[in-house]
Amino acid sequence: MVNPQHKFSVRNFNVHYDHFSALRNLNLEINANEIFTVIGPANSGKTTFLNSLNRLIDLVPASRCSGEILLDGIDIRAGMEVETLRRKVGIVFALPLPLPISIFENVVFGLRMQGVRDLRRLNQAVERSLRESYLWDEVKDRLSTPAMNLSGGQQQRLCTARILAGQPDVLLFDEPTSGLDPISTARIEETLLILKKKYTVVLVTNNVAQAARVGERTAFFLMGEMIEVSETGKMFTTPADTRTGDYITGKFG
Amino acid sequence: MDPRRSQKIAFAVLLLATLLVVLPVVVILAIIVAKGASAISWDFLFSMPREGMSAGGILPAILGTLYLVLGAVIFAVPLGVMAAIYLVEYSSDNRMSRLVKLAIVNLAGVPSVVYGLFGLGIFVTFFGFGASILSGSLTLGIMILPVIITSSREALESVPKHFRTVSLSLGASRWQTIRHSVLPHALPGILTGMILGLGRAAGETAPILFTVAAFYLPRLPQSVFDQSMALPYHLYVISTQVPGIAENVRYGTALVLLTLVLLLNLAAIVLRSRFRRKKKW
Repeated sequence: MVNPQHKFSVRNFNVHYDHFSALRNLNLEINANEIFTVIGPANSGKTTFLNSLNRLIDLVPASRCSGEILLDGIDIRAGMEVETLRRKVGIVFALPLPLPISIFENVVFGLRMQGVRDLRRLNQAVERSLRESYLWDEVKDRLSTPAMNLSGGQQQRLCTARILAGQPDVLLFDEPTSGLDPISTARIEETLLILKKKYTVVLVTNNVAQAARVGERTAFFLMGEMIEVSETGKMFTTPADTRTGDYITGKFG
Repeated sequence: MDPRRSQKIAFAVLLLATLLVVLPVVVILAIIVAKGASAISWDFLFSMPREGMSAGGILPAILGTLYLVLGAVIFAVPLGVMAAIYLVEYSSDNRMSRLVKLAIVNLAGVPSVVYGLFGLGIFVTFFGFGASILSGSLTLGIMILPVIITSSREALESVPKHFRTVSLSLGASRWQTIRHSVLPHALPGILTGMILGLGRAAGETAPILFTVAAFYLPRLPQSVFDQSMALPYHLYVISTQVPGIAENVRYGTALVLLTLVLLLNLAAIVLRSRFRRKKKW
């Protein structure tokens, strides 16, 4: 049953907040080493979907989930500890949210929580992950300065480095460029294209053009339902559903 | 009436009210300093009372108050901070947690003499600690518990939610998140509450009346099971129970107590302002 190409398999998945149904009967696969983009208007369930993949949804007290999500064939609820899942599936939020500690400590936070004390290992992880997120050259001389002093774009790359330090499998991005200028946005997008060679990337975006630029496959969500999922190029040229076409061309949303 | 005139009158009344609030503080301070400053000396602060407390110093009362305050803090701070952490970080908003929060608010409203009676019944008699520093500290500790819990809760709640989300999203457990991403940022606020509780414990008379305070002791307390003198009670004794105490000794004692409490409050204010300046979110 389990296809090794499928990083995530989502089956009959539903999310309710109290009586509000945020996601309905979701079925989809996310392949390893692809950039999977999710588009849709506000309140379509995009962020709920993303937060379901690493169970941050559990932090919402009123949320209830049903159905199953498999990571490499293993149920993320029944089959593993939530801490293990979140190490494998890192997330970068819409706003850059560095912790009010130094750049270095931000990057190694996850490792420290795993109990890594060896300074050489921490140093290596910092250099590797900051290089991978293309921040190393800008910050290598001031690793001990507060992360809050960085610019918004730099902070967002720091947040990327922070999840890379834990050597995850999957990177989730929740509208990572919504608060950034076009140049910072372009840098993040370039970074995504390189990161996908090593990791599986799931990108939720408000920006349809961004999905077209970096996505390989794209899902369109509307009011808690997935309307269609297909190759990004195909979706943007010949969408199967008229609502998809209307959204992409800006007729609503 | 002409709106400009009514506005002027309103301002004048409000200003007057504000000044009236400040007035008693200034007057009390002025009187105590004026009448008590002449008593303050090295001998007054660091020697035993002599000649039926009409001469000599107030060292046993100062030390007694320090012991009691220290004991109250050792007891109340860990308990209060842990309860606050539970209430803010773990308990969900249900009937049970609302009941606990209500109980804490009510605890803060209990008159201090009731704490004294409670301490007498529980610690002095039931547990058999007798009138002792231990009984007094525990009684004062319970009295300042609401202050500690409330300020700790406020400090924890003021830590931005995203610190927790980020920490959890990086694979930290809930306890690790509290320990490393929440508590360090709440610590100054918790300390502020601790110092405010300290100041309150130092100044109260009623809770120590039945549980620890001695009229006069010829020697310093040797263990936590000894009775002790304390500044607020000593002040009461020399002002009302013993005739012929010089006025400047009475006011000098009040000045020492007041200075102690003011210093503690000042420390709280300094700590809080330093915290606010360091805040970067």
